[in-house]
Amino acid sequence: MTSWFTSPADAGERLASVDYLADDGIATSVFLAAALGKPLLAEGPAGVGKTQLAKAIAESTGAELIRLQCYEGLDEARALYEWNYKKQLLRIQASGEQAWEETHDDIFSEEFLLERPLLKAIRRTGPTVLLIDETDKADVEVEGLLLEILSDYQVTIPELGTIVATRKPYVVLTSNATRELSEALKRRCLYLHLDYPSPERERDIVVAQVPGIEASLAEQLARTVATLRALELKKSPSIAETIDWAHTLLALGRTDLDESTTARTLGVVLKHASDQARAIKELGLPAR
Amino acid sequence: MSLVDRHVGFVHALRRAGLPVSLAEGLDAARALEVIDLTERETLREAYAATLVKRPTHRPGFDTLFDLWFPPVTSALRTTVSDGDQPDLEQAEVSQLRDRLAELLLDDAAAMRDPAFGEFVRAMVERFGRQPAGPGRQNWFSYSVLRALSPGTLMARMLNDVLLGQQRGGLAEKVARRRLADNIAGFENAVASDVRRRIAEDSGIEKIARSTVKPPVDQIDFLRVTKADLAKLRREVHPLARRLATRLTIRHRLGHRGRLDFRRTVRASLSTGGVPIVTRMKPRRPHKPELVVLCDASDSVSTFSHFTLLLTYALREQFTKVRAFAFVDTVDEITRFFAPGIDVVEAISRMTEEADISRFGRSDYGHSFERFAEKYGDAIGPKTSLLILGDARSNYQRPALATLKRLAGEARHAYWLNPEPLAQWDTGDSVATPYGGVIEMHECRNVAQLAAFIENLA
Repeated sequence: MTSWFTSPADAGERLASVDYLADDGIATSVFLAAALGKPLLAEGPAGVGKTQLAKAIAESTGAELIRLQCYEGLDEARALYEWNYKKQLLRIQASGEQAWEETHDDIFSEEFLLERPLLKAIRRTGPTVLLIDETDKADVEVEGLLLEILSDYQVTIPELGTIVATRKPYVVLTSNATRELSEALKRRCLYLHLDYPSPERERDIVVAQVPGIEASLAEQLARTVATLRALELKKSPSIAETIDWAHTLLALGRTDLDESTTARTLGVVLKHASDQARAIKELGLPAR
Repeated sequence: MSLVDRHVGFVHALRRAGLPVSLAEGLDAARALEVIDLTERETLREAYAATLVKRPTHRPGFDTLFDLWFPPVTSALRTTVSDGDQPDLEQAEVSQLRDRLAELLLDDAAAMRDPAFGEFVRAMVERFGRQPAGPGRQNWFSYSVLRALSPGTLMARMLNDVLLGQQRGGLAEKVARRRLADNIAGFENAVASDVRRRIAEDSGIEKIARSTVKPPVDQIDFLRVTKADLAKLRREVHPLARRLATRLTIRHRLGHRGRLDFRRTVRASLSTGGVPIVTRMKPRRPHKPELVVLCDASDSVSTFSHFTLLLTYALREQFTKVRAFAFVDTVDEITRFFAPGIDVVEAISRMTEEADISRFGRSDYGHSFERFAEKYGDAIGPKTSLLILGDARSNYQRPALATLKRLAGEARHAYWLNPEPLAQWDTGDSVATPYGGVIEMHECRNVAQLAAFIENLA
């Protein structure tokens, strides 16, 4: 198997080259997932860059990203493959006098197979990153479906036989932990818990993601957001919201995050009325 | 100790600390060791974490054990890097050391993994942490290091340095205070970790490993919760409520199908020429119980009561109606403090201040139940689930079993959650078994047990 990254440090650098700042934990897990040929399960609160991580891996290695978005009611036909039955019907009608045996062999061939993301990722010969997004949203049965693919990188189609990956795709699963994934699935994956970053890392992320922002403002932002996260809030601000906040301040032409600016733009990061009230009270902001 | 032995020992220690590490995961970790650079300690740590730790609540315990099994330095091999302009750490006055500490804290040295910071911590433990314990033996303590340097008292002057004459009391101060408090906590953790390392060197890793690893947050005993744990617990409320709600909705959907949906069946029969081959069923109406929570708000069990109250309120959508009552030795309705969208911390503090629940301030279950039956008896009806939270310690007062039996009989279901371990029931002034005779009583010592109970309830 071709190697994706040569070392954790290399993984960190290449992710940084596409503006994804990885800490030790991320870089090591990303490297190991490739080196051991195991799927990477990234879990954590919303908006800490789980999906972005998969995109960054694909971009930094020049691989194609194939994405399977999970949702309630996702089934085999949407995730794996489906027979194109309309085309099969046409083929049967057109066969005329042909014997059934021959027709039967005909209609269950590659030509009538509709590839869905999982099968597509397995069959691709080029480097591929397979992103299975929001795995926790899918039904429990889908996890069972994933097991064969994640441990052996193969798909069994009764009419065609087992299709084994010619080149193992790099698999990233993400989850918001709205429910516990099964032990069987977790055991097959490397686990990466993405949490809110340290203020230092968040500052660097803001500087990298928001062109034109001054380092001192980014520092102030990161520190303020860290203080907000320490409060007991219903929903802590995510990295994505910090970045939105930085954009907001730039658009308003502020170079300094003082009390009145914070109070007026608090809605960008806190989206519950009770959270805002709490922040205003605890941080001593002027009431609006 | 060879690398394999150390690996196996570490995996065993993790299992003993309650992490479910399977054989396959242990092998994965060993394979990971082959492909990484073993001299990079943080890479090693993350490689182990990625392969072995699959739940975020297990991570703190893992880190503690990792520091013991793969210490950053060993005392025998220590090299002192001394900087020209820095004070000699073994000789300097305490005030100089405090200056140096303040400097390191202001530079975020702990977060930046500054080697000078580690060096400083080790020198301080070496100098202040040692206590002689009998001939030829020594003990190590972190509190003596923290007492000598008392990092907490540096806060005021560090704030002055950071704020540089900006106005006090505002946002800037809050932010700076937060940052410095984090750094001080980082210093305290580093000291504790170095002390553990030294104890492990003196008396063996396994001995200390058993006593230092704290249980994950969902296993913390409600009755023995510390202030820091409490904040952690409260943070668990919303994620836990969300997880439970998801699981409950899934279960409702998978439940039995209800009556025939005539319209949809006829509609479906059109594609089969009017013959109803496939029948369609109406989904069953979800059963949503009304919930009446009656909780002991006395100090001994308040943590447990508060947490459970918060959780039931976060799960409001799963019930048609939730009413809550609190008592110490008389009872009052507290539903009004928990209106939707209200701040939880405030709700709890308003409840303790404003609700009329205490006459003499000692728990009296019997009197409370009687008052409840008298004043709010109509709250309980045939659709209600009654939930009583408390340790059943009634200070030797009359238990009023008959009243409770009548209340339990009127409700559809009645449960009692007791935060005390089963072994302590009926000791002292506990009347757990008599109450347990008229109402189903469950042991509920930690979040895991509570979650399991609520899942069955809704």
